[in-house]
Amino acid sequence: MTINNIWVFAQGTGGVATTGTLELLTKARSLSSKVTAFVGGDASAFAASLGEHGATKIYATGDLAGKLPGVALSAVIKTIIDGGDSPDVIMFPQNYEGRDTIARLSVKLDRTVLTNSIDIADSGDGVVATTPVFGGNILVETVFTGPGPHLVSFRPKSFVAEPASGGTPEIVAVTVPELGTQGGARVVATHTEQTTGPKLDEAAIVVSGGRGLGEAGNYSLIEDLAKLLKGAPGASRAIVDAGWVPYSYQVGQTGKVVKPSVYIAAGISGATQHMVGMKGSKNIIAINKDKEAPIFGIADLGIVGDVHKVLPKLIEALKSRS
Amino acid sequence: MNIVVCVKQIPDPASPGALDASTHALKREGKLILDESDAYGVEMALQLVATAGAGEVSIVSMAPNGETSGMRTALAMGAAKGLLVSDPALAGSDALTTAKVLAAAITKLGGADLVITATESSDGYTGTVPEQIAEVLGLPSVTFAKKVKIEGSVLKVDRQSESGYDEVECSLPAVISVTAGVVEPRYPSFKGIMDAKKKPLDVVTAGDLAITPTGWAGAGQKIVNVTQAEARKAGEVIEDDGEAFGKIVAFLENLKLI
Repeated sequence: MTINNIWVFAQGTGGVATTGTLELLTKARSLSSKVTAFVGGDASAFAASLGEHGATKIYATGDLAGKLPGVALSAVIKTIIDGGDSPDVIMFPQNYEGRDTIARLSVKLDRTVLTNSIDIADSGDGVVATTPVFGGNILVETVFTGPGPHLVSFRPKSFVAEPASGGTPEIVAVTVPELGTQGGARVVATHTEQTTGPKLDEAAIVVSGGRGLGEAGNYSLIEDLAKLLKGAPGASRAIVDAGWVPYSYQVGQTGKVVKPSVYIAAGISGATQHMVGMKGSKNIIAINKDKEAPIFGIADLGIVGDVHKVLPKLIEALKSRS
Repeated sequence: MNIVVCVKQIPDPASPGALDASTHALKREGKLILDESDAYGVEMALQLVATAGAGEVSIVSMAPNGETSGMRTALAMGAAKGLLVSDPALAGSDALTTAKVLAAAITKLGGADLVITATESSDGYTGTVPEQIAEVLGLPSVTFAKKVKIEGSVLKVDRQSESGYDEVECSLPAVISVTAGVVEPRYPSFKGIMDAKKKPLDVVTAGDLAITPTGWAGAGQKIVNVTQAEARKAGEVIEDDGEAFGKIVAFLENLKLI
């Protein structure tokens, strides 16, 4: 088949399109000349950037007024499709809003979904999505066998965002239909966890800690080292679940995907769940007591040792240089 | 307060996973266990029912082979009863079919005030089933709940967001997916394990739920290729002799990062 009409589930934050959105648009424009950005919110502030990255048309809902995106946005998309603009493929980001929306929409359209993908291609016989399994050791290519719209979601950083020469596209305002009982959930307050320094998924250096730190208080070693290196502190799921650090620190399958120049894993054994989120790093340094830890299998420099001894010395050495 | 918890029984994650050579699906041979991420939902449900002072927790699951050992774990924790949809024809079902089956099972139990799931399974992790169940049942939903309480007929959830969390209020009945860490799951007691053997656990087929299973053919997707990803090679591994920190400093220097 040929992809003639492709949509990207686009998001903005603080009036700027997210990097993930621009990544998906860049890929979308390589598959089709007709690329529509669907924005659940107000798109006017970043419409030019969406156009520059390949969008030729924008649908925007305006403010959702506290409605949860999954229910509301899937309902809008269904309405548009029923109205005659039916895409061959809709690309979603693998994040909260993307996941909720693709799931609700799959029921409304009675279409299967492929999630956690890292690539998409038009093979001529059909649309093929590539998904890593077993921590990324094996890549599975899956073709959609039924009719479109094909629903696919992608991990962050699957593609590299590159601007092209597109102008600002037309914005078509769309409205959320009556949601009935399904719309029974409302956001009543929003809390933002304050972090200083670079963002975890954009930092050139990431220093992450895991269970091997022993106790919550020792996480300060990770923060100190990250600060000295002008990097961001991260964490394994184990210590996020244990409540040592907030979820926003989590690197892994259900957390952030990071691809820094250097990733330092301290006291992290390297569970599949974690490796998925960091194995794309350019360089990996691992410090772990257990020399059999899987993390050493992918580390460029592995130190078999006690993080409580290695980290303080490393921090001292770096301080003495500055 | 009647709560249904959807659980998945998965191969023990401690043993390495493998793909079936002919279907390319995840192999599910041998003993299956309760997905650890589902233990949080079971515990959350038990606590909410205890707080409400009335009602019970039911467990639903889908499996192609009649497996119930993982469900027994949930019953041993304190759930009252279970319903397993077991049908060889369900093998190869995609997430959408799974959601339709689980929704039908919930309806067969007479519905629920609240349906609880994990955010995603630990083996397949498609991650769409909670919202799909809600959509099939026509219910509101709150995913990624990290704190849950019920006040009267209002569900109050702290929901994880990219930058922190949102406070969400939702009418009941509803579907929620809970994150690992929402509560600390209890270990089944010896008495709980013994009691669980006598608790009702019905096994029905897809046909009993008036669902026509479509398995591999109806999944709308087909695996066409499986390849080994380019492996990252292990580099130098050294034992710390007290001076290994110097190796890290040199490594960072070499990359001109310090």
